[in-house]
Amino acid sequence: MRDIFIDELCKATEKNKNIILLVNDLGFGVIDKFCKKFPNNYFNAGISEQSMIGYAAGLAAVGKHVFVYSIANFSTFRCAEQIRNDIDYHNLPVTIVSVGSGVGYGNLGYSHHGLQDYALMRTFPNTVIASPGDIMELKGCMTYLVNNPQPSYLRLDKSAKFQIHKKVPNISPGKWVKIINKKNNKKTFLTTGAVIEFVKKNLLNNNYSDFSLYSVPMWGMKNKNNQYNFIKKYNKIIVVEDHFQDGGFQSWLNEALNKRNCRTKIISKSISNKVVGKVGSQDFLMKYLK
Amino acid sequence: MIVQKNFLLKISKKIRIKILEISNLAKSSHIGSSLSIVEILLVLYKFFLKKKNVFILSKGHACLAYYCILNKFGYVSSKQLNSYGKNNSILMAHVSHKVPGIEFSTGSLGHGLPYAVGRALAEKIDNTNNKIYVMISDGELNEGTTWESLLFASFHKLDNLFIIIDYNKIQSLNFTKDILKIEPLKKKLDSFGCSVKNIDGHNFNQIYISLLKRKKNKPTVLIANTIKGKGVKYMENKILWHYKFPDEKQLQKAIKELK
Repeated sequence: MRDIFIDELCKATEKNKNIILLVNDLGFGVIDKFCKKFPNNYFNAGISEQSMIGYAAGLAAVGKHVFVYSIANFSTFRCAEQIRNDIDYHNLPVTIVSVGSGVGYGNLGYSHHGLQDYALMRTFPNTVIASPGDIMELKGCMTYLVNNPQPSYLRLDKSAKFQIHKKVPNISPGKWVKIINKKNNKKTFLTTGAVIEFVKKNLLNNNYSDFSLYSVPMWGMKNKNNQYNFIKKYNKIIVVEDHFQDGGFQSWLNEALNKRNCRTKIISKSISNKVVGKVGSQDFLMKYLK
Repeated sequence: MIVQKNFLLKISKKIRIKILEISNLAKSSHIGSSLSIVEILLVLYKFFLKKKNVFILSKGHACLAYYCILNKFGYVSSKQLNSYGKNNSILMAHVSHKVPGIEFSTGSLGHGLPYAVGRALAEKIDNTNNKIYVMISDGELNEGTTWESLLFASFHKLDNLFIIIDYNKIQSLNFTKDILKIEPLKKKLDSFGCSVKNIDGHNFNQIYISLLKRKKNKPTVLIANTIKGKGVKYMENKILWHYKFPDEKQLQKAIKELK
């Protein structure tokens, strides 16, 4: 996904010279293409994530669309207050990109596991989360973000290259994107992020063959209330995410039902906190998604 | 010299009185921090913040001085100023971009300088002559982002960036020298590749001259030696007036002294 992201960013920068790529000394072998093509649009802030977000805010204040690229928790938790005060509060066009969602950096350990980032980023009122499920959703998210610069968080799987959608879906915040639509369509899986492949391989083919499958690649605080209209169509929704249940996507959906009379049963399949401190490949650690 | 010293002195006294009056009215703290920066703000707004130059007040708790200056220069009405800190006012007790004339909100320390650095970088990218002025507190020299930003500003030769340190030597709980040792400050800043000047932060002429000149390819840092609570003897150099607001009796005493 990282390479597709850089390809899409290059395409966008061809058309818009106000796009800036800012990194915290990360992106070895990934960002080179952009740096060579647009040396004047690329800056390395050094290993200083909090200041980096401040620089991004200053750049964005005069019309730059800044993509801050980093991995794991470095561009979220490390600089949470800067995102809150400098970017979100001022409603500035900065897209924070984090590579290595969930347990993508498997054997690098807990410091590199992105398990709580939704919980943080979804509490910022102006920020939209873009968590694409495959490379086509990533392209769709990039199209949306480039055309609608705003505080945003782009969450990328480290090395997933799978393609689920045949063509680039039309994506906007809060919209459910169809992947599989069963005939009576009363039960569905609902995903955000790069877990679609996981659902298809491990769940759909086994006990849930009568389930539809939808993805929500973009969402945030502003789109929560309209989720009721989607949810109420179903009797049962199994929400799958490579994140802790606490503060995650499923929690967000549940909050959307607050004060609503809704019969839909929403079940969470998320990563157990027993994964903390465990080491292994991404596939191995995804066994903690239950 | 320059700079209409008597005229500015007269205005600075009026602004100090305004700060005290509003602080009393709103029962609001951080008065010492506001009183230490009046001359610097006055010179900036009178002479430097024209065209598209930008000012960021990173020590957001000193916003009362800022709002009073914005009132003096026509950005904020007197009615708005008198609403400071009250229900539904746009004038919150830390710098807010909801206030006309203010670009960037602050309040948590260590945010203003990185923003100003990004802002200065943007002006360089766009090849403008616009200048970015940012005032930070001496307490903010404890923040890692301050030193990170200096590294970045220096590396990228941001000579359109003017950093003014309000060196009143008192921070929240104690004197700066008794919390973390920040001296030798000039030497530290020099070693970061900045063009550094020590000035009297209450001397109009020194402020003006030092903001006029800059070294090519280097960010300018002014260590503005100031007095916390400046202008009111019983407040000067007292940690207490970081937090306290003057009651009616204290207010009248201060106004009498300033007049």
